[in-house]
Amino acid sequence: MPDKKVTIHATRYDPDKDEKPRLQAYEVPFYDESMVVLDALNWIKSNADGSLSYRWSCRMGICGSCGMMVNGTPKLTCNAFVRDYYPRPILVEPLNNFPVIRDLVIDMDDFMHKLKAIQPWIIRKQEMPLGAGEHRQTNEQIDDFRQFSQCINCMLCYAACPVYGLNDEFLGPAATALARRYNLDSRDQGLKQRLPVLADPEGVWECSFVGECSVVCPKGVDPAKAIQQTKLDTTMRFVLPYGNRE
Amino acid sequence: MDFESYDVLIVGGGLAGIRAAIAAVEANPRVKVGMVSKVYPMRSHTVSAEGGAAAALRPEDSYENHAFDTIKGSDYLADQDVVEAFVREAPAEIIQMEHWGCPWTRDPDGKISARPFGGMTTWRTCFAADKTGFYMLHTVFQTSLKYEQIKRHDEAFVTKLLVEDSRCVGVVALDIRTGRFDAITAKSVILATGGLGRVYAFTTNGNICTGDGMALAYRAGVGLKDMEMVQFHPTGLPFTGILITEAVRGEGGYLLNNEGERFLKRYVPNKMELGPRDIISRAMVTEFEEGRGFDGPHGKYMHLDVRHLGEKAIDRKLPFMRELGREFMGIDIVKDPIPVRPVQHYMMGGVDADISGETEILGLYAAGECANVGLNGGNRLGSNSLSECLVFGAAAGRAAAQYAASAKLVTANPVDAMLWDEAHRVETAYLEKKGGDERIGAIREEMQREMDAGAGVFRTKEGLEKLIQQLGGLRERFERVKIEDSSKTFNTEIVAALELDYMLEVSQAIAVSALAREESRGAHARRDFPERNDEKYLKHTVAYRKEGARPRLEYRDVKITNFQPKARTY
Repeated sequence: MPDKKVTIHATRYDPDKDEKPRLQAYEVPFYDESMVVLDALNWIKSNADGSLSYRWSCRMGICGSCGMMVNGTPKLTCNAFVRDYYPRPILVEPLNNFPVIRDLVIDMDDFMHKLKAIQPWIIRKQEMPLGAGEHRQTNEQIDDFRQFSQCINCMLCYAACPVYGLNDEFLGPAATALARRYNLDSRDQGLKQRLPVLADPEGVWECSFVGECSVVCPKGVDPAKAIQQTKLDTTMRFVLPYGNRE
Repeated sequence: MDFESYDVLIVGGGLAGIRAAIAAVEANPRVKVGMVSKVYPMRSHTVSAEGGAAAALRPEDSYENHAFDTIKGSDYLADQDVVEAFVREAPAEIIQMEHWGCPWTRDPDGKISARPFGGMTTWRTCFAADKTGFYMLHTVFQTSLKYEQIKRHDEAFVTKLLVEDSRCVGVVALDIRTGRFDAITAKSVILATGGLGRVYAFTTNGNICTGDGMALAYRAGVGLKDMEMVQFHPTGLPFTGILITEAVRGEGGYLLNNEGERFLKRYVPNKMELGPRDIISRAMVTEFEEGRGFDGPHGKYMHLDVRHLGEKAIDRKLPFMRELGREFMGIDIVKDPIPVRPVQHYMMGGVDADISGETEILGLYAAGECANVGLNGGNRLGSNSLSECLVFGAAAGRAAAQYAASAKLVTANPVDAMLWDEAHRVETAYLEKKGGDERIGAIREEMQREMDAGAGVFRTKEGLEKLIQQLGGLRERFERVKIEDSSKTFNTEIVAALELDYMLEVSQAIAVSALAREESRGAHARRDFPERNDEKYLKHTVAYRKEGARPRLEYRDVKITNFQPKARTY
């Protein structure tokens, strides 16, 4: 075991120096069966090359920061196991479809703007005072939106989305799934306020229903379904102007 | 030079920081709030909290019971006035989170449900499946987006607090993306940077938990309180340290040794798996030492068994645990026991702050895990920390907004000079230094190993003396650190160096505080002083930094109101 090595090819790009990204190869000890690709990157940074840049934190698949392309597929590197690739070399690149800031670090400002644009908070005509206690909501009502609330903003779905790759104005999978999460919440009355963003030409209608977003999601969210359901919402608006749930 | 100016500036974008930001704006809608975080806020480590948030919401519960459980859990080192205020405010905060959209798991009547938790005598831990921290963080972050008064500086790393005439007037921050140093001035500053678990090798904490706020305050002259009180959670996965929530035991899981025995009957017979974390972690280590642990490739472990709960209950209440088991251990917890061992999890100690988060420096506040407002004493009860972030985050936000209303902004002149000095310090210490030969990773890993060995579940005088020596040696080696990355753009090696600098600082405070407390209380277990000594140590330790020397320790009385210290048995 201590002798086994795995080759990592990692994208290097420093805008201060490099005209375009290049690959750098590292030989990394495959030191434990439980080792993940992120462990390999951390080994490189600690022992071989301190200048390799990438984001990570929780290494338990919940903070959403360590998404990268692993052998061409968007993955959370904290649960991409080296054993699943070994003995082949592993190619680690920044997520597709995003501008690259440095090495394996993408620029996700675009998503942060889109997240705000869909108004991801509970909207009510009248706020209930705290003293009145909680809204009543059953676990079955939570089930209506549960899967859409699991989004960790890891950006894998955007990296997999061919439409976003061609047109970054497209609202895209995660933002639509999160809009859906609020639109389906029994406490929320904001569907009408969110519809203009969703029904915009760059909103849900851009989606060509490839469905890759749902395939790559590490949390079981089905953004493709959210988009299809939202298409129905935006249609209903024209058929039944007062038909939404209020 | 131009710089951003705020009424309230928050360092840290986790649950406490965001709650503080919203509270400041709601206290005064004209308040301009800045939030500096070294990661996008939704990456903050709150996201990894699992089990729940405690509040006495149910009719059969009472403030007194929640207060007593917390105080007993703290081994009487909590300040009782702080605990009493906390338990009164926690329920409204849970309701507030509900109004903001947190998908709390419900009872059949649609009200917020609760589950049992360690050291709590009744069901008062509100939860959203077993991803409570994730849901709370995303809820409060997404809600914060509707307040135009809150402006974020994402991926900016604070290297120094600006203190002028004994008043905190802002920070210097390194913009990670551009490598630029910025002064960000403010009438008040709230530290909400979370924990320091990364000073240990085996921890549930994410890579970002490096004690930044504690080190910043400490260097500005504020004391660090009760730093010897480090929580070890009984159930981490071997190798990764991934947290297996206490809710697994709350829902009825058993902890078994290698004889298949629920060994806790010898340690906490009345509470069994729902005993407090400090005692259960010690029980596990004791069983390991007596040969009743399982042996694995990553050390000794116990079994945490939920198989008798059935698939339906597991999927409803513990779905994330099943996912973690499947993805990270290759087991199905419906069919297989979970291997677990004690793991560093939480820091009871922190920036010395009062009930409003105020510190000794005018205009400087602290909240959440980085603060020690006196709530947790020697041992925090599970599910009190998410509620703590809400209650004391909000309190600090309100207090800072109120203070800012009457305070003046600092003038540009001193700020320019302080910014130049600080940028120059970091650049000469790291970026422009030649001839360093020490790797950051090597120093960090050695620090982590030494902390595990010397300041773990059990401590001794010899172990702590040795640890202090080793940390001194590591500090010397750190002076010769080598930075390979010369880029201005997203230089994570500089960030790692600055974090290691902070971690060495707070590690020393932990070790020195632990050496001086010659008793066993809460999470601080001395083999050479196994008993609690109220006569001498019913006191808070407060460590003050001394340049190039061990910190100076002061002791302060614990505030006792209604609960006189008694023997702590479960």
